[in-house]
Amino acid sequence: MTATTQARRIRERILFSLLRLAALTNIAALLCVCGFLVWKGLPALSWEFLTQSPRKAMTEGGIWPCIAGTVLLAVGSLGLSFPLGVASAVYLHEYAGRSRFARYIRLGVNNLAGVPSIVFGLFGMSFFVITCGFGISLLSGILTLGVLTLPVIIGTAEEALRQVPATYREASLALGATQSQTIARVVLPAALPGMLTGAILGLARASGETAVIMFTAAVFYSKNSGGSLLSPVMALPNHIYVLATSGTEIAKTMPLQYGTALVLLCLVVGMNGIAIVVRDRMQKART
Amino acid sequence: MPGYARKESLIRIALAGTAGVSLLFLALIFLFLLVEGLPMLAPRSIAGFLCGMSWYPTAEPPEFGIFPMLVGSLAVTAVAASIAVPLGVMTAAWLTEIAPSGVRRICKPMIELLAALPSVVVGFFGMVVFAPFLQNVFDADTGLNLLNAGVMLAFMSVPTICTVAEDALFAVPVSLREASLALGATRWETTIKVVIPAAFTGIGTGCMLGMSRSIGETMVVLMVAGGAGIIPASLFDPVRPMPAAIAAEMAEAPFRGEHYHALFAIGLVLFVFTLAFNIIAQRIAEANRQAPD
Amino acid sequence: MKLTSLFAKKRFSLLGLALVCFAASTALATEEVIISGSTTVLPVMQKAGEAFMAANPGITLSISGGGSGSGIKALNDGLCQIAMSSRDIKKSELELGAKNGVTAVRTAIAVDALIPVVHPENPVKNLSAAQLKDIYAGRITNWKEVGGHDGKIVVVSRDTSSGTYETWEEIIMKKEKVTPAALLQASNGAVVQTVSANKRAIGYIGFGYLTDSLKKLDVGGIEATPQTALAKQWPIARELYVFTNGKPEGAVKKVLEYLLDPQKGQKSVREVGYIPLDK
Repeated sequence: MTATTQARRIRERILFSLLRLAALTNIAALLCVCGFLVWKGLPALSWEFLTQSPRKAMTEGGIWPCIAGTVLLAVGSLGLSFPLGVASAVYLHEYAGRSRFARYIRLGVNNLAGVPSIVFGLFGMSFFVITCGFGISLLSGILTLGVLTLPVIIGTAEEALRQVPATYREASLALGATQSQTIARVVLPAALPGMLTGAILGLARASGETAVIMFTAAVFYSKNSGGSLLSPVMALPNHIYVLATSGTEIAKTMPLQYGTALVLLCLVVGMNGIAIVVRDRMQKART
Repeated sequence: MPGYARKESLIRIALAGTAGVSLLFLALIFLFLLVEGLPMLAPRSIAGFLCGMSWYPTAEPPEFGIFPMLVGSLAVTAVAASIAVPLGVMTAAWLTEIAPSGVRRICKPMIELLAALPSVVVGFFGMVVFAPFLQNVFDADTGLNLLNAGVMLAFMSVPTICTVAEDALFAVPVSLREASLALGATRWETTIKVVIPAAFTGIGTGCMLGMSRSIGETMVVLMVAGGAGIIPASLFDPVRPMPAAIAAEMAEAPFRGEHYHALFAIGLVLFVFTLAFNIIAQRIAEANRQAPD
Repeated sequence: MKLTSLFAKKRFSLLGLALVCFAASTALATEEVIISGSTTVLPVMQKAGEAFMAANPGITLSISGGGSGSGIKALNDGLCQIAMSSRDIKKSELELGAKNGVTAVRTAIAVDALIPVVHPENPVKNLSAAQLKDIYAGRITNWKEVGGHDGKIVVVSRDTSSGTYETWEEIIMKKEKVTPAALLQASNGAVVQTVSANKRAIGYIGFGYLTDSLKKLDVGGIEATPQTALAKQWPIARELYVFTNGKPEGAVKKVLEYLLDPQKGQKSVREVGYIPLDK
């Protein structure tokens, strides 16, 4: 009896360490990718690298236009998807309940979230670039990325609304406020931090997206990057891809490739990190 | 009061309209894929397109057979899933069942951060680090192959699987665990025989979502899968998954020519695949939601 | 302005308005010339473009790759003013352009030699055109058969729709198909990356992409140099083109003049590693 218990204990210990190993593998993979890029990319980083334009066929200079382009694309797309997403979430959570129309919309949102980015790219090219005639431009990129980030915003905004206690709404309604007043003055302010988390996640998603902007917004080189809504832009993800696979001096641009990858990584991981910390704070405050 | 009521119903309608935008865009995406993809499929048989073995879009006469790409996509997804599913589920089990809450609070965000890595960065890593590693250590003919793409995709889908599975495990009532432990089962036996089966549908949802992510991922397969349109015979063979073909060839395809329409048709196939994965995942999730009550 | 008239021809009247605004806004600030197309021509344009903009501060160039087909597509759609191409325009593309009121006019700007390359550690130095054809058709699969070490030949090719592939197909493959087992890469640079990291690989690239991390192969005993290419001895040479809508005018004309100037653009051609036009 005790022998078998002993054996079971030992087996448990072994199998539990296997689980721990699995978790550690993931963390090791993250640290491996980040560590490698920091190790290789850090020497390339300098004030000049961050603030200047590329020179000499991309072998010298910096990546400022790409940083600016990525920020414009991400912020622009958020400007589109945040209001739309929050309004959709308010409708879904506060008004629609379990109606048939709401069910279809939920289905639509969930499936939109699963559409591969390359398909978004094809759509953006065919719809915004060609049919609407916006061309390869900042505007086309913003619109396509806006559609892409919409499900992220709706999902997190709805979650944030769900966290607002029903008593808040009841108290406000009992005081004679209409439903829209309740939502605007009571529910939305309470849900705002959660929605901002979603906004940051949307920003991060839009900044790291490559396949979409390849077809709709990004160019390899433009002096006028981000100069107008209808000009093409340079962007970090596209820049990494082009540097790593085109260009005559791949060996010479290697430090720039690592540097660009590191900057993009910091931008995206940093934004996600902030979102996670904000969420963590809120959860702690609530419990 | 009627004034208020009218205003309220106007707001309601406006919000409903806004919410419909997502649905509208999903429909538009499907519509545009159809409009741009069908001119290619109409004069040919769909079976010939899906099962054709060779892809020579610029030859005379052109051949448009995407079977090797279809197999390539499924193969990278299968390799990724066979790594990511055990890894993701085990990690989720560790997070919910074993890890002390302090460790958990640090580890969980790190696993979520794995999902944040931009795909182009992961692809870049696979190209400059993992490919030479495969060539040197396994003496592979080329490091840009099925295995490389599978491993890179696995790490991109682990966070999805892990997060959803963790939620499912977390939702298993404590009373179930307590009952099992009270009957003399060890924690391990409780985890494997009680908790995981109880959370099975939720774990299934996570796996489907993870696989949906791998099959549609573009930059990674474009950069590390090798790009050979063959049916892989081993893990070290290069493949050309569908998204890679679209991304690589779209730029060169003459506008609204046959090749262009063929690439949109591939996009349509890809769209249908991911839609199927997502719908299965949602079905599983819905079944799960109804079960406990 | 030139831009406005170009955009006025657009089919989509609804959005023509937006485009006119765009044209007007860019015309006010600086004149913008959008250049797009072949990744083979890209390095030349990039290099010459930087110098051009330094000399002409009033004109801004936006340069992007994407491929010959995408460049010509953009030109036909009025989305760019100069299309770079490593192949001649196709009849179907001319027809599509005519429908939109675009007449593509060709200008040669450089000569490029396609060079088969292997990893520097590969002992093979010379291959005949027939051997190259057999390797790419999948009939020769081991380096042993062509005088190298025992090992599978990893065939690296370009995407079937690229201009570079078409040249290779015409001159080396003589219209035979490249084996489906070939690793298709989306750009010259990707071929360089793949071959320089793989001891068993063979690829082909434009002259300008040659680096120390690769070894060029002689074909039929002829070494690839600018001289042999210009003298038409090197068997795999082609001209590189830019296409414009109609005869170049205004800023576009300035760009082309700059490119063709032996002291300016043609110097960039040589610096990047291509062969200047024989003038």
